[in-house]
Amino acid sequence: MTLTRDPEWSVTQTEGEDLQMQYLVSVIDDMSTPGRSDRRPAISAFNERLIADGYWVFAGGLANPDAATVIDNRGEQQVISDGPFLESKEYLAGLWVWEAPDLDAALALAAEASKVCDRKLEVRPFA
Amino acid sequence: MNDAEDAITRAYRDEWARVVAGLTRRFGSLDLAEEATAEAFATAVVRWPADGVPPNPGAWLTTTANRKGIDRLRRENQRDAKHKEALMVSDNDPTEPIGVIEDDRLRLIFTCCHPALSMENRVALTLRMIGGLTMPEIARAFLVPENTMGRRITRAKAKIKAARIPYRMPSAADLPGRVSGVLAVLFLIFNEGYLTTGPGNGPVRADLTADAIRLTRLVCALMPEDGEVAGLLALMLLTESRRTARISVNGELIPLDEQDRGAWDPALIAEGHRLVRERLAAAAAGEVPGRYQILAAIAAVHTSARDIRDTDWSQVLALYDQLVNVDPSPIVALNRAIAVAEVDGPETALAIVDRLETELNGYHAFHATRADLLRRPDRNPDARAAFGKAIDLAGNTAETAHLTRRRDQLP
Repeated sequence: MTLTRDPEWSVTQTEGEDLQMQYLVSVIDDMSTPGRSDRRPAISAFNERLIADGYWVFAGGLANPDAATVIDNRGEQQVISDGPFLESKEYLAGLWVWEAPDLDAALALAAEASKVCDRKLEVRPFA
Repeated sequence: MNDAEDAITRAYRDEWARVVAGLTRRFGSLDLAEEATAEAFATAVVRWPADGVPPNPGAWLTTTANRKGIDRLRRENQRDAKHKEALMVSDNDPTEPIGVIEDDRLRLIFTCCHPALSMENRVALTLRMIGGLTMPEIARAFLVPENTMGRRITRAKAKIKAARIPYRMPSAADLPGRVSGVLAVLFLIFNEGYLTTGPGNGPVRADLTADAIRLTRLVCALMPEDGEVAGLLALMLLTESRRTARISVNGELIPLDEQDRGAWDPALIAEGHRLVRERLAAAAAGEVPGRYQILAAIAAVHTSARDIRDTDWSQVLALYDQLVNVDPSPIVALNRAIAVAEVDGPETALAIVDRLETELNGYHAFHATRADLLRRPDRNPDARAAFGKAIDLAGNTAETAHLTRRRDQLP
């Protein structure tokens, strides 16, 4: 899956007087106290609503951080290493990209989403 | 002070927030609004003494600040053509009616006190944007270097812009939570003035308590229907009324039971009591009072007693019982225990206080209260130890002096 934006969204973005903002919503899980694992149907239903209400840009769940590979090709030789770039108790478990008019709108959605996916969320604007 | 200086001081107090708020709506940028408003005031400092104070200083400042803002945008536009369109849009804006401008200040307050900003950034931003305090003034008030305070304000403004924290009233559903966020900022400013921390520092900063009261008055005027805002204002006024009686000439804290009640400020007490009576009438009509209204009612009971022996402690205890329901924090439970001691005796109170140890072990008032309740012949060593812990933890110079004297008075 790649992170591409629906072309229709770009159209609405340039047309409206009130420009939309895009927010990256990171789903944060905890190794020692993970969120419930039965949230998939609820998340799907929530995503349907995000799409219907015009907020949805992208959503995706991630594999375990152990499955990550780091590559650094800035030097003479490329270096490939196993595992995430940052080992931590808390880790990125998935992400959303939403389009919303402002932070209050994004936070209201995030409050709901946190309950739906039973995890902590970070809301961060795209530059 | 001459007339022009006087007018400028008054304008700072009365017009700053209005001008910044109006410009923020017009230009959509806190940065630009702040800079243009500061420039307009700087112009007033030069022009008013020479040309005389304009008949409507607020309007003069708004017009001047608007012009400064447009000048600034024009200068930036020469570098960035895209902004030109934005300028044309705002240039064609019709003059807004007064009602909208009133709302602007509230919008600005809710933006500066947004929960997505850290508490220290909210405080700094509120004092700058609404209070009109200069960066050095805010830095001095909070005992941080000027560039630290500058960075806080810059960071807060950058986040508002980057994350697009909106410039508008919160939705009706969010309003109660957002108002209590604003009140927490104002109360923190007041408390920092009332109980200044830091050893090398005077015990009270009257300028900060005055700023907090001024800002709370403004919020109260803008949201007259909100009982908690009125409650917080009453609480501040009744607390402030005792300010001069609270610190001895030697800079030592004087507790409530030893204060010269004749030195309390009767005008502040009268205003505070009037507000509390209004809130009591609203409560009688079915409104559920929040924590600030209950705290104000407790302060009203204390300020109604001409002598500590006249204090209606059962009324104080009844109010604390109410407060525990609204705010079940251990600090409220600790303060309630002081009223319990007066009504049911120190033994009962001590049992309550001892149960709070795990949560409040690092809080000086916990140990000070325990020490007070332990002052009996057989427990004097325990009282002494508790005073010692309280002295180690207290950050306020007047409190430390008071606690030390109390400890040294033990037999």
